[in-house]
Amino acid sequence: MAVSQERGAGLAVRDVVVRYGQRRGHAGTTAVDGVSLDVAAGEVLALLGPSGCGKSSLLRAVAGLEPVAAGSVAFDGADLAGVPVHRRGFGLLFQEGQLFPHRDVAGNVAYGLADRPRAERAERVSELLALVGLTGFGGRPVAELSGGEKQRVALARALAPRPRLLLLDEPLSALDRGLRERLAVEIRAVLHATGTTAVFVTHDHDEAFTVADRVAVMSAGRLAQVAAPEALWRAPATREVAEFLGYQTFLPHADGLLAVGPAGLRVVDGGSGGASGGASVGGEVRHGVVVATTFRRGRTEVTVDADLGAGEERLVALTDGSVPAADDKVGLVLDPRGCAVVPG
Amino acid sequence: MSLRRRPRQAWLGWGAAVGVPLVFLAVFFAWPVVALVVQGFFADDGAGGRTLDLSGFAEVLGQPRTWRVVGQTLAQASVGTVLSVLLGIPGAYLLYRCRFPGRTLLRGLVTVPFVLPTVVVGVAFRHLFTPSGPLGWLGWEESFAGVVVALVFFNYSVVVRTVGGLWERLDPRAEQAARALGATPWRAFRTVTLPALGPAIASAASVVFLFCSTAFGVVLVLGGMRYGTIETEIWIRTTQFLDLRAAAVLSVLQLVVVVAALLVSGRLRARRERALQLTGERSGAHPLDLRSVRDVLPAVATAVVVCGLVAFPLAGLVLRSFRGPDGAWSLANYVALGTTGGRNALTVTVWEATANSLRIAALATLIAVVVGGLVVLVVSRRPRSHGLRRAVGGLDAVFMLPLGVSAVTVGFGFLLTLDRPLGLDVDLRTSGLLVPIAQAVVAIPLVVRTMLPVLRAIDPRLRETAAVLGAPPGRVLASVDLALAARSLGLAVGFAFAVSLGEFGATSFLARPDAATLPVVIYRLVGQPGAENYGMALAASVVLALLTATVMMVAERMRGDGGGGEF
Repeated sequence: MAVSQERGAGLAVRDVVVRYGQRRGHAGTTAVDGVSLDVAAGEVLALLGPSGCGKSSLLRAVAGLEPVAAGSVAFDGADLAGVPVHRRGFGLLFQEGQLFPHRDVAGNVAYGLADRPRAERAERVSELLALVGLTGFGGRPVAELSGGEKQRVALARALAPRPRLLLLDEPLSALDRGLRERLAVEIRAVLHATGTTAVFVTHDHDEAFTVADRVAVMSAGRLAQVAAPEALWRAPATREVAEFLGYQTFLPHADGLLAVGPAGLRVVDGGSGGASGGASVGGEVRHGVVVATTFRRGRTEVTVDADLGAGEERLVALTDGSVPAADDKVGLVLDPRGCAVVPG
Repeated sequence: MSLRRRPRQAWLGWGAAVGVPLVFLAVFFAWPVVALVVQGFFADDGAGGRTLDLSGFAEVLGQPRTWRVVGQTLAQASVGTVLSVLLGIPGAYLLYRCRFPGRTLLRGLVTVPFVLPTVVVGVAFRHLFTPSGPLGWLGWEESFAGVVVALVFFNYSVVVRTVGGLWERLDPRAEQAARALGATPWRAFRTVTLPALGPAIASAASVVFLFCSTAFGVVLVLGGMRYGTIETEIWIRTTQFLDLRAAAVLSVLQLVVVVAALLVSGRLRARRERALQLTGERSGAHPLDLRSVRDVLPAVATAVVVCGLVAFPLAGLVLRSFRGPDGAWSLANYVALGTTGGRNALTVTVWEATANSLRIAALATLIAVVVGGLVVLVVSRRPRSHGLRRAVGGLDAVFMLPLGVSAVTVGFGFLLTLDRPLGLDVDLRTSGLLVPIAQAVVAIPLVVRTMLPVLRAIDPRLRETAAVLGAPPGRVLASVDLALAARSLGLAVGFAFAVSLGEFGATSFLARPDAATLPVVIYRLVGQPGAENYGMALAASVVLALLTATVMMVAERMRGDGGGGEF
């Protein structure tokens, strides 16, 4: 093999520490605490974590916008320490797009192409606008664009100079839900079509799973787990990661803890005793009292108070059959397809 | 490695951006002011040296005249401030919370007084109050009331714009919530809106107090010999009695008043900027409803102020300027602008003085915008290091000082120090550069205050985006900072030019008779006997007002809706 794994193509983050508010006699707060991470060429990695976990700080450190207190950031084997932001050849997409208000759409997209000949610039701009589905928008003032259009222009602008690495900092968080889901799919398609290496920061796991080839979960400045979406969901490395992914309760289990996911609990008809969806773990039917039922995204979710073995908790169960009323007693079974085992 | 940055170059650039304004301020502001203070504290010991001697203080402070002037200064400033605030709040409501046709025009009209040269305002009101004038029956000629009315005329717009600017951005939902909870409109205003406006009102009041207590031209023209401020007293002691020591002592006294007012103002402004972060977009304006009391009262109050206080004196000035010495309509006063006045009152013709004014103002604007622009550039940065951030804050404060120190003090200080600046063998006093420099010192704080909020409002991520897209620091500066500040730069140029055109305090000390500016000429004409000279003064005032208004209108147009500025 020509290229070693350690210093291969793509982004290599080694033991990076980022601190804020540091001054004499005051250590400041540590936002990123010794994170190591690799992103291979052409790969899209999502940095997932709750707000304040340090994911944006890590992104800014990679971009060169935050100084790295310790550790190193390298790209294609070259250490980036001391390389200023504008010479890194990266792209960056912020939450609100940060379009230049005094330039029109084409002027924004062309910003990073200042050193190209005029004709090439114009061609590249229309190529990019076509890629993000905004053909013919070049002459519009950015103030007239909708939120989604703004983000598409920002994406086109970031991609125009063919960045070696694209950094996306919660690019969809300011948009409403439907648009967010649609744009997440579009962004993935655009990134793959252009073969762009990217790091995508988000606090929304659905978004992370949609866009990324691999997901890195961050918590309190540290990396908790890095895995492909499917693997991450199937086997969360810790209880913390599972909680962040939406696993609602943790039951004693021979190999540690059994994490019950949002679709890991099902209502069975109280009398029949048969599960309405697949085999139950140990076949055991437990009982709970219905608090409320809600109809969301085409499914009925039943909120119940139940004790599954970890004390009485308020949990959500799915039902395919009849919809119980509040205060009804219902039978509950675990659905192994919605559960995972995590180390205790 | 070629990719590495060259830190030395960056440091040199920022060093120059900090150094040039600091040196300018040190030579043309700090040194003259300090020299003046020294003049008050020290006396020649007869052997070429100087000894600490506070007898000057004892002497000046022992005179009843001094305390009368201090008392008048404080009384004028207090009454002027209270009236400006009381009248300004309804004005702010009408012009920034209500929508009606002609609002933009009215906003412009209200701003006119603030940029009018003080001498013009003095002449306009003096004309009203002379025994033969339209308001002669009030007996306000050379009176406390006359001076206060003129001060309110000036500062009304400061309150309207400062308070209105915040009110416009105030989220109306807080007041709506109070109304929904059962509060009457008055109670909602008193308990929700007024407290939110509090910092803006207080900040406007302290600025107005500052302007009132250092008012010069208008007091000199309107107060005559009987009513004065510390500022006019300094001028009189210097130019009439040649008592430099007493003038220096009075300057120190005024510095004390001003520093106190500035401290209060700075505190309140910091609070205001914090308060502003809580507010939303400009969405609170509703159509003017003349059937509801809460719209009618402010509308009536504003109409009275705008007609009576703003339009009336200006119209009176313009009309009277078209009447000849015999009282008939004529252009005689304007024709006379090509002469040096009756009995050769002037050394130059008024048109020559106008040309002087324009040339000097252009030079002063250039200096003010370059120096002020550098200050804004530095002060709008948010350095990462705590120490640097404090230093930037300090720089911001230092460059506000000229706003507080009286122009008369600056002009007087120039006379004391700049005969051989820094030991160089050039007498700046005869070089023709002194007046523009003094005017620039006065204009720099305005340039800074106009541009700084715009640059500070730029989201730092915009600069980061530009850098990530490959723009080196210079291109970021040009394509983000400069491009976005371009409009406020236009406004700053306009402000600086208008202020220089009307500057009277420092100029009256420094302008040589053969290079007199328009305000200086007007003041001289007012002081000379003869209906012909008086008529010329009125016509010259109209010319000066027109020039200033034109400059401001062009500048305001450039501002567009880009916003910015505190004035």
